[in-house]
Amino acid sequence: MNEQSTPTSAERVEKLQGLGSSRKRVEDVRFTQGKGNYVDDIKLPGMLFGDFVRSPYGHARVKKIDAEAALAAPGVLAVITAEDLKPLNLHYMPTLAGDVQAVLADEKVLFQNQEVAFVVAEDRYAAADGVELVEVEYEGLPVVVDAFKAMDDDAPVLREDLEGKTEGAHGPRKHHNHIFHWEVGDQAGTEKALEEADVVVEELITYPRSHPSPIETCGCVASMDKVNGKLTIWGTFQAPHAVRTVASLITNIAEHNIRIVSPDIGGGFGNKVGVYPGYICAAVASIVTGQPVKWIEDKIENLTATAFARDYHMTGKIGATKDGRITALSCNVLADHGAFDACADPTKFPAGFFSICTGSYDIPIAYAGVDGVYTNKAPGGVAYRCSFRVTEAAYMIERMVDVLARKLDMDPAELRTKNLIKKEQFPYTSALGWEYDSGDYQTAMTKALETVGYTALREEQAANRKAFEAGETRSLMGIGVAFFTEIVGAGPVKNCDILGLGMFDSCEIRIHPTGSAIARLGTISQGQGHATTFAQILASEIGIPAEDITIEEGDTDTAPYGLGTYGSRSTPVAGAATAMAGRKIRAKAQMIAAYLLEVHDNDLEWDIDRFQVKGNPERSKTMKEIAFASYNQAIPGLEPGLEAVSYYDPPNMTYPYGAYICVLDVDVDTGVIDVRRFYALDDCGTRINPMIIEGQVHGGLTEALAISMGQEITYDETGNVHGGSLLDFFLPTAVETPVWETDHTETPSPHHPIGAKGVGESPNVGGVPAFSNAVNDAFAHFGLTHTGMPHDHWRVWKTAQGLGLTG
Amino acid sequence: MAKIHVKMTVNGREVEGLAEPRTLLIHFLREDLGITGPHIGCDTSHCGACTVDLDGKSVKSCTVFVGQAEGADVTTIEGIAAADGTLHPLQEAFREHHGLQCGFCTPGMITRAHRLLQENPNPSDAEIRMGISGNLCRCTGYQNIVKAIRVAADEINSAREAAE
Repeated sequence: MNEQSTPTSAERVEKLQGLGSSRKRVEDVRFTQGKGNYVDDIKLPGMLFGDFVRSPYGHARVKKIDAEAALAAPGVLAVITAEDLKPLNLHYMPTLAGDVQAVLADEKVLFQNQEVAFVVAEDRYAAADGVELVEVEYEGLPVVVDAFKAMDDDAPVLREDLEGKTEGAHGPRKHHNHIFHWEVGDQAGTEKALEEADVVVEELITYPRSHPSPIETCGCVASMDKVNGKLTIWGTFQAPHAVRTVASLITNIAEHNIRIVSPDIGGGFGNKVGVYPGYICAAVASIVTGQPVKWIEDKIENLTATAFARDYHMTGKIGATKDGRITALSCNVLADHGAFDACADPTKFPAGFFSICTGSYDIPIAYAGVDGVYTNKAPGGVAYRCSFRVTEAAYMIERMVDVLARKLDMDPAELRTKNLIKKEQFPYTSALGWEYDSGDYQTAMTKALETVGYTALREEQAANRKAFEAGETRSLMGIGVAFFTEIVGAGPVKNCDILGLGMFDSCEIRIHPTGSAIARLGTISQGQGHATTFAQILASEIGIPAEDITIEEGDTDTAPYGLGTYGSRSTPVAGAATAMAGRKIRAKAQMIAAYLLEVHDNDLEWDIDRFQVKGNPERSKTMKEIAFASYNQAIPGLEPGLEAVSYYDPPNMTYPYGAYICVLDVDVDTGVIDVRRFYALDDCGTRINPMIIEGQVHGGLTEALAISMGQEITYDETGNVHGGSLLDFFLPTAVETPVWETDHTETPSPHHPIGAKGVGESPNVGGVPAFSNAVNDAFAHFGLTHTGMPHDHWRVWKTAQGLGLTG
Repeated sequence: MAKIHVKMTVNGREVEGLAEPRTLLIHFLREDLGITGPHIGCDTSHCGACTVDLDGKSVKSCTVFVGQAEGADVTTIEGIAAADGTLHPLQEAFREHHGLQCGFCTPGMITRAHRLLQENPNPSDAEIRMGISGNLCRCTGYQNIVKAIRVAADEINSAREAAE
């Protein structure tokens, strides 16, 4: 071999584009040319189109459905109602939370825009015409939209189908509109500690109802092949394998005769985890007509019928010593789940991982109790760019810590630093039972405060307050600090399942003879760049350049079983499976190399992309050479080929964390907020692709901006939904979005094969309280303890007016 | 419903078809012509995923009847690259600077940016942000999109100066 052409170790590592490389995304070649393949791009011969008749009422009896005029309209082929689904037992479907949800309204409707009938027509225009022509006679019923009134003795019975059922999926129901009570921690001990505390603060913190609102709405194409009896559904599924199993269980079609395919997905953010009536209706329509049926919801349907998020009313109570040591936390939550309990949580966690609400602090004793109630609102309760109910928990604790800081007249950053879990306490078991895997919180906090020049910012704020007093400015400066801990990567099968399906994930690798590879996973990308990053993990494990590795996900006929992508679980779970499968490949490769080099396999060592003889690195076999050998050598005791599969059951969750600081200016006369600076330090453990991490942080922060500054879906007293279109549901444009500053520390997870923790949802979890704390901080010196989200101009102006600051 | 006969030029190719007068341009492009680059994201003209270029202006093709495009010159994301397949500097820059994630808004975003750089070949960051404010993205937070457009503008301007 020509010595000059031998690449150095550094060059070989570089060529792999493995862990830590800001590799450019392979997905983008298609997407930048309009060659993505999203569900609405699918067009099959003879394909029909389905559209819903939806309820204008929030609560009403369905007296009569007359489809005659619709059926007479050109192009309309069928109108499906609950009556048609009943013989198939498909008028209700199981939800992910152990409840049932009406596929089509069964005698009554429970929220505005609920699905009442499904019109099947030759194209989307004819279907829309048909929808207009279906006559439905309703009889209005009293409406409950206020979660606090849902459990009044005289509150109307919403779920008549559950009448007399005193036991729900999560224990006893204490009222006809009650879903569950869930609690964790030492209630009596916490109350005692609160009584004994020097200082106690209590506040009702409401996290308003919002919606993930990806630009692409939900939809599917269902195609029943009557010749071979196979049902294929292409759709916007964040968990395709779970959808297949659920579809099999509810339709009684054998699971091998169902194929679920998630094509490219135009953003998910939790919206596309659940199973929606449209999927069932499209499948039924295809079975009935024998033709493929497409259903694509429009944006208004998306915002008002599929998968809201939040709607948590949290009463937090913190006790502390005079010098600011937190001694106890309790939190009681009223959770508004809407008309059906369709939360997407692991089965044993009806309030998700809300019990991460002790946050980043060493709190000796705590209690959390959550009561879920039914209201006449859309079902959902999904984790919108966060792990299950983690953003709610982080918002509560981070607001409460600020409230406590005011009470103690202490700087909020100082109070946080004083109570942070210390590096030497990891692995740390929280008062509510979570084992935090790793962290160095003090370092992150110090770095954040120093980078933004926190002391100088507080001095500037003091000057601003003086100037405001003196009438020299009408603008108030606010500084928001948040230190959050996420809990992601669900999860260990021993306590995490969805409908009985353990939340492991999987990777299957096949090395081709010429040394390239394909890997298939149980997850599905919705913008996270899996085709890029999973190939990087593998490149570092098996020494094949990332560009020579194809990543495939989302087709249940080819991919190994996994629970999908949400709750930042892809990297912690499927990423671990990828590394483990890679290690199996490497173990076999070592045997092959030993045979080829005629040495004992223990005499070999791995070096970047090859096995070499210990002490004699000149004698080596690259993975490429080994791959070819695996296909053409008869090696005693070894099967031909080079493939591996790994199903990874994580031993624990991962706990990404971060320190965020927001600086903004509030114009008290208009309520307009100018975000001057936003600094985000994230620690997501080992960093696979810094470019992609940074991009995810930018996106998550922008969603946090949207939530904290404007997003809200409300209902009026008659059950009309407000905020149900982009006319009034806030999605920030490039103009409202500030420039983000990102930073990091890197504390690997000790239990993850490559130490990665997941990052996509951290910026939402940390961003929301940072923004809200900054707005509250702007007014803090006027005695304001808490003003709730969203901090839109009107509310901010109202706050200023309430404090007597407006002109 | 009676149909109308429409003819237009799409990405340099003359096309024609029969469509109901109420047909929206986005549906004609996607369903009749199979041009699926432009997407449908909302029904209120807010998201801009359906943005195409119509006679030298960016339009949201979900708010244009197909009849209004009669005789027009329409460019979609599929028509942005050079005829020989060489990607446009915007397409390169979006990839190079991570200006996309799920890719759903990207065709509309690049098509809009393409027109923006003809309206204003050397925009400031603030002008870029204002210029793409009709196009929503939920993934990127816009920061890398703004960067990609600025880099592409610089590249286009340098190439133009070199040619002059």
